[in-house]
Amino acid sequence: MNKEDVKTGKTNWPVTILLILGCVTIFFPLYMAVIIAFKQPSEMTNDIAGALSLPEKWSLYNFQEAMRVTDFWNSFGNSLLITLVTVVLAIIIHGLAGYAIGRSMKNSKFYNFTYLYIVSGMFVPFAILMMPLVKQTAQLGIANRFGVIVLYTVFYMPLNLMLYKGYLTNIPIALEEAARVDGASTWKTYWSIVFPIMKPMHATVAVLTAMSTWNDVMTPLVIMSGTGKNTLPLAQLNFQTQFGTNYNLAFASYLLALIPILLFYIVCQKQILNGVVNGAVK
Amino acid sequence: MKTSRGAQERKRTFLMITIPVLVLFFCFNTLPLIKGFIYSFTNFKGYGSYEWVGLRNYVDLFQDSRVGKSYLFTFKYALVGTIITNVISLVLALGLNSKIKGKSVLRGIYFIPNVLGGLVIGYIFSFIFTYVLPVLGQKMGIEALSSSMLSSTGKAWIAIVIVGCWQAIAMNTIIYISGLQTVPEDVYEAGSIDGVTGWKQFKYLTFPLIIPFFGINMVLCMKNFLMVFDQIMALTKGGPSQSTESISYLIYQNGMSGGQFGFQSANAFVFFVVIVAVSVLQMTATNKKEEQL
Repeated sequence: MNKEDVKTGKTNWPVTILLILGCVTIFFPLYMAVIIAFKQPSEMTNDIAGALSLPEKWSLYNFQEAMRVTDFWNSFGNSLLITLVTVVLAIIIHGLAGYAIGRSMKNSKFYNFTYLYIVSGMFVPFAILMMPLVKQTAQLGIANRFGVIVLYTVFYMPLNLMLYKGYLTNIPIALEEAARVDGASTWKTYWSIVFPIMKPMHATVAVLTAMSTWNDVMTPLVIMSGTGKNTLPLAQLNFQTQFGTNYNLAFASYLLALIPILLFYIVCQKQILNGVVNGAVK
Repeated sequence: MKTSRGAQERKRTFLMITIPVLVLFFCFNTLPLIKGFIYSFTNFKGYGSYEWVGLRNYVDLFQDSRVGKSYLFTFKYALVGTIITNVISLVLALGLNSKIKGKSVLRGIYFIPNVLGGLVIGYIFSFIFTYVLPVLGQKMGIEALSSSMLSSTGKAWIAIVIVGCWQAIAMNTIIYISGLQTVPEDVYEAGSIDGVTGWKQFKYLTFPLIIPFFGINMVLCMKNFLMVFDQIMALTKGGPSQSTESISYLIYQNGMSGGQFGFQSANAFVFFVVIVAVSVLQMTATNKKEEQL
């Protein structure tokens, strides 16, 4: 970062080239995964070429086989269902909670305590809740997809509550008061005025919640293990033994698990980057 | 009259929202925490009957070599990982924030590792460590690489650090970039008049101004690294000979299926206290630095 360059606005080519070269570290594992996923086991020679040279022919056979072996559409459906419902619940419940608690904190000890109580839940690692929660969900009969959704709604509450509350402090209360003078109920005011205003924060919450939910392994692993149902990451774990040494099949399956979230990232890149920064910095 | 009735209605609605939320949170966060704490005073196996054993689990915890090993591994992993991640992502962020071509595309690419799931990435890297690197090591005559890192008790943890960093750097870089964007251009201009450029510019101008972001990254990074689970599951399953058992993995492994429900509850509770202590320590440390400016 030469000072001259900053002033003249000239492109810093050395840094640009270095950064482009650095992308190799990102693409190398992904490239290798794609290559292996398209190859046949017979092409897996025991040298570098075996892992990195292009396949003889591009066939989707491994992918079809992986879909069949891991019951892909079922796992995909479960992951999608859990993620979507969790995101919707997060926006509804955490948004409402952020509003109710955020707007009442100014002159109420009860709400101040409630806020701190829930936000401090951020420091509770899943490892300590895991064993009692397995018992608890089994007793309640929700050791299944529904239970996992309930748990996610609770686990992401601290961060999302903080985000919504932080966003609301910058929104003047005048609009809501005007609505109240017009005779609208608080409930109606929220849905017709506050909820739409919080749209940017809904995007952040949705992105953060969706990514953590989609990639999480531990919660479905311990809660849903008795149901025989898989989420997409869980399927990779549970089918390890069936893949055996057929790495071509395994990598096809890994790619199938990565593609949905990669597509989501490519489509919503801007919202995701914004969301991640908001979530961390606020 | 109308306003006071309105205020009352508002209060009631807020309470009707807050109470169920509080109950939900209590039932699935605080209640299991309390239950775990209670189990930690028993010899519960996860099934059947159990007895109170007082503080014995906690006493045993400090004498159990497997638990001690897992703490050593986890802290070594978290410390080394946090340092490497922060150094590399700070350098990356400086690069990605300078006058370069294709800025947004490059930023987009460097963030990819963060959106991908840790388990699958672990499996892909596992292949690299087992098959690609050893062949490469043999070809280039590097002794250290010629056998799989994952099967060596001395080197397996390094492999896990590499995978952990590969993913964590993406996140930290983005946070550093957003920090660098808060530094106004005229600070650099004023500095350059006084002859402050290059490394000095970074040390005396840039870094002090992004210390809050440094703090966020340290806390986030350390916390995530301490709770490592997916990568262990995918790469080593705690092996070889228990050299890479993280605390979370040990709690899962022995608590869920090893008949140590009570004992691992004690372990989990100590782990919880450690996480809180580390986070609080880091936050006060960075806050102090900020005030000194």
